[in-house]
Amino acid sequence: MGDVFKALADPTRRIILDELTEQDGQTLFEICVRLTSRHQLSLTRQAVSQHLAVLEEAGLITTRRQGRYKFHHLDTTPLAAILERWPVTRKGQAP
Amino acid sequence: MKIYVTSVFVDDQQKALDFYTGVLGFAKKHDIPMGEARWLTVVSPEDPEGTELLLEPDGHPAVKPYKDGLVADGIPAASFQVADAQAEYERLRGLGVTFTQEPMTAGPVTMAVFDDTCGNLIQIVTPAQ
Repeated sequence: MGDVFKALADPTRRIILDELTEQDGQTLFEICVRLTSRHQLSLTRQAVSQHLAVLEEAGLITTRRQGRYKFHHLDTTPLAAILERWPVTRKGQAP
Repeated sequence: MKIYVTSVFVDDQQKALDFYTGVLGFAKKHDIPMGEARWLTVVSPEDPEGTELLLEPDGHPAVKPYKDGLVADGIPAASFQVADAQAEYERLRGLGVTFTQEPMTAGPVTMAVFDDTCGNLIQIVTPAQ
């Protein structure tokens, strides 16, 4: 669980997750293009790779090799554990 | 100084010629025997006197690891301009071409990336109107 919080604590990594929410299954190249062209984040490919590794370690993304290509997919399963631990209830709502 | 030829490394020159002319729609410009290989270039029918694309054999031992590394990360070996990236994406998909990146608008361009079947990824780009 600690890994999920650490992974989410970084704004660049949250943007990567946003972009994978919009279009799942992206190559490293596409993720880099999205970060630079849409968010003016000019990171090196190595830096983006490192962010992806942190997200993968936390279980928030999975990588899939299809033939000679490698795609990154969003996996929000680890977030469910947060809601199980601290269920969301609105004010005045019966628990 | 100007760019008169640029190249992509292809695993089979005849297969590459078939794909670059038959599927992509380029026209053959030069086809000159050079020992085991050919000096084989194609041009755009829209610009037959323009930059030639050399379909260069990838036999050198350094080339395959380079190509494989680029393809795994989705990095294009070359980028071509088209009038309408979305329409071209649909046309090529209809011809069985595999895309690793669907058309995406990014700042001033719309772009997509496909597999040229000769070991490279190729980007198509349309500048915003």
